[in-house]
Amino acid sequence: MSILRSAVGYLATQLRQIGLFIALIVIIVFFQVATSGTTLRPINVSNIIVQNGYVLILAIGMVMVIIAGHVDLSVGSVAGFIGAMAGVMITQWGLPVWLACILCLVIGALVGMWQGFWIAYFKIPAFIVTLAGMLTFRGLAQIALDNASISPFPDAFRTLGSGFLPDLGGGTSFLEPLTVVLGIVSTLALVASSVRGRFTRRKFGVEDEPLPWFLAKLVLTAALILLVTYLLGSYQGTPVVLVVLGVLVVGYSAVMRRSVFGRHIYAMGGNLAAATLSGIKTRRVTFLLFVNMGVLAALAGILFTAQLNLANPTAGTGFELDAIAAVFIGGAAVTGGIGTVPGAIIGGLIIGILNNGMSILGVGSQYQSLIKGLVLLAAVAFDVYNKRRGGRQ
Amino acid sequence: MTTNDYIIEMKHISKTFPGVRALDDVSISVETGSIHAICGENGAGKSTLMKVLSGVYPVGTFDGDVVFDGEVQAFRNINDSEAAGIVIIHQELALSPFLSIAENIFLGNERQRFGWIDWNRTNFEAAQLLMKVGLNDNPITRISDLGVGKQQLVEIAKALSKRVRLLILDEPTAALNDADSAHLLDLLVQLKADGVTCILISHKLNEIESIADKVTIIRDGRTIETLDVGEGSVSEERIIRGMVGRDLDNRFPEHMPTIGAEVLRIEDWTVHHPIDHERVVVDHANLSVRAGEIVGLAGLMGAGRTELAMSIFGRSYGVGISGRIFKDGKQIETKSVPAAIRHGIAYATEDRKRYGLNLIEDIRRNITSTALKSVARFGWVVEHEEIAVAKRYRTDLGIKAPSIDSIVGKLSGGNQQKVVLAKWMFSDPDVLILDEPTRGIDVGAKYEIYGIINQLADAGKAVLVISSELPELIGICDRIYTISGGSITGEVARADAEPEHLLRLMTKEKERDTP
Repeated sequence: MSILRSAVGYLATQLRQIGLFIALIVIIVFFQVATSGTTLRPINVSNIIVQNGYVLILAIGMVMVIIAGHVDLSVGSVAGFIGAMAGVMITQWGLPVWLACILCLVIGALVGMWQGFWIAYFKIPAFIVTLAGMLTFRGLAQIALDNASISPFPDAFRTLGSGFLPDLGGGTSFLEPLTVVLGIVSTLALVASSVRGRFTRRKFGVEDEPLPWFLAKLVLTAALILLVTYLLGSYQGTPVVLVVLGVLVVGYSAVMRRSVFGRHIYAMGGNLAAATLSGIKTRRVTFLLFVNMGVLAALAGILFTAQLNLANPTAGTGFELDAIAAVFIGGAAVTGGIGTVPGAIIGGLIIGILNNGMSILGVGSQYQSLIKGLVLLAAVAFDVYNKRRGGRQ
Repeated sequence: MTTNDYIIEMKHISKTFPGVRALDDVSISVETGSIHAICGENGAGKSTLMKVLSGVYPVGTFDGDVVFDGEVQAFRNINDSEAAGIVIIHQELALSPFLSIAENIFLGNERQRFGWIDWNRTNFEAAQLLMKVGLNDNPITRISDLGVGKQQLVEIAKALSKRVRLLILDEPTAALNDADSAHLLDLLVQLKADGVTCILISHKLNEIESIADKVTIIRDGRTIETLDVGEGSVSEERIIRGMVGRDLDNRFPEHMPTIGAEVLRIEDWTVHHPIDHERVVVDHANLSVRAGEIVGLAGLMGAGRTELAMSIFGRSYGVGISGRIFKDGKQIETKSVPAAIRHGIAYATEDRKRYGLNLIEDIRRNITSTALKSVARFGWVVEHEEIAVAKRYRTDLGIKAPSIDSIVGKLSGGNQQKVVLAKWMFSDPDVLILDEPTRGIDVGAKYEIYGIINQLADAGKAVLVISSELPELIGICDRIYTISGGSITGEVARADAEPEHLLRLMTKEKERDTP
């Protein structure tokens, strides 16, 4: 009885996390029913991943920036600018794809240094600097492309955005073997690291989540991965974007949870003055955060351009808003100090699935925007309500 | 005397906060048309009393009666008391920096016609009020272009615009230079002649002596006595005795110091105000701390104690800093906080919520924030080492919390303070500067904190404790410096540490070069 009560009490403290997860599942189920099964068809699942990859990548960088108490409005323009540069470098200068990609990431880093300098060392609020960046880099994108689109791109480049890992089964097997192997390996890795983490925490006597909750979460997540594996495997296999995204999510989650750098970001967002007086080099951390954001925006720009097979001067318009919305739906606090990478990813998926589902249903774009706006507001209102309730206890 | 001779009488006022009795049966009567000073150490209850009087604490949240003009008042908020003619001017001025003088004077009380601001009337009436307070500036000048002294006068002009009858000033001269202070005090005497009664809260005893008619002394939330100042019958000594006259019972753990070599020495340390670059906040200060020694820095609010400490700690405060710092006899530079920490200096702030803790984070992550690298390998935190560290400090310092993963913002003040101490102990310093380490925490927790400070000294650390509570400094320090107006005004060994003597040094005016 008391175990049950403590478990219920624990769940109450985790309401936000559970709520987010449940919201995602409810939305999936809703669209699955409403579209009479189209949502979870293999080709559509594959599309959702490929079409939302770039927003999710932006959301990873954005959640870090927002946890530190800043915001970046320029990422859409930066992604567009980098896409334009990729177009120029590959089709006009004839650079090899790999070199062009590396140069694009370097340019992204330079963009981040430029903005990071003004924010961290010149102390101009990030809102202003990145608003200026939003205009500047949109302008540069148009200049680079001379206001015309570039298309098509070589296959090697297009693969990055819309390609799949090679089919080891030669297209004949029931499920694509490489995808199955990757799916099973990542499931096992997840289970192994969760169980190991739990034993470590046990050993050092740290308060931990109750066993039923731990198991439920683990089983659900593993089931989700296996489901996606099955769906992808029965279509064309693993999208390249998913591999990139998977590596980034695992890597950045670890950085935010366990690295000194990640800890410093949370400390700054929680109380900047206290962080500074604790000897954290807050200016350097801020600078690096924006460099990181620049590189991720560049990566998003490359993938987006490759996927569309088109470098367009207006590409990336509004991406920043999707990324910011994903972060806040994912439970980050406007005041900084709170938020997680997985949360932002789930937030991004919620938006992506809403977009996808409403498009399948033929909902007009005006209603899509309306509904997304209300979802964002509802998510944050739920947060605020939850916090207030927590404060009263 | 009939009741009408008193503009305000506060009768048997008691006010309790969770766990603290801030005011205990306080009574005070202020004669109409007088200047009445209120004296007491920091935390004695002066500000609480004024908040009761001005309706910041609404009727019903305290016991006792506020009688104004012979009638019992029931102020629900500050608007009620202002309507009655009571205006309070706080130490932190409530002016909007980017509005003009005239706009500030009539803020919330705009001179208007049909809902539109009547600028001619606004500026004309403002000019008249400015004349009254002796300020020659144009009413359209922006507040941010004025010095603190003039801003203070604008506050008084604002009060006059509300037809003030009782003006309450909380430490009005704390941030002013001598000339501005003198002008302000003259103004108060002049207002008195015009029939404005004034309550003056001040630490500066010479001011009280020169302009007040009466002085009420408050200590530990009680009125101790009210003295007539008028006839020159009250000396500063007499007031000081009233302010400190409490027993030093055994509220402090026994401690036998083992004092070693000098660890930290500051020479000729001068700091200027970060906004008002002309103002000297710390003036050629010299001090030293030895290993195993607990040294006190006694000063009243605004004396420059925190500014001194923070400027030493990586220049976290002030501009135009000059002087020398020696660590173990060698001169060092502490130009940034990381540099100061690297040189083994730690500073635990007086304002733990704003500058000390990440309140939305847990105990463990707060403690390790000063030296996260020491529980990390190649930039990755080794969680079990960090957990072990946090657990050790929780046990050693007796931090009462469900677990090391408890959110710091939900702990009591005493436990938060222990987390602050733990965090600085974890940076493994040689010198700890503890700024008001027992502010806002209960007696039991204070005793524990003193115990921790003693242990730190016994471990060979040099400890500098800043406090405005004299009994505390006398109870735990081996040596005490006093600071007043940014200057070190005295150095007193434990054996000679008498409260009266210290308070005299703490209120000593800076000796000035006569021009």
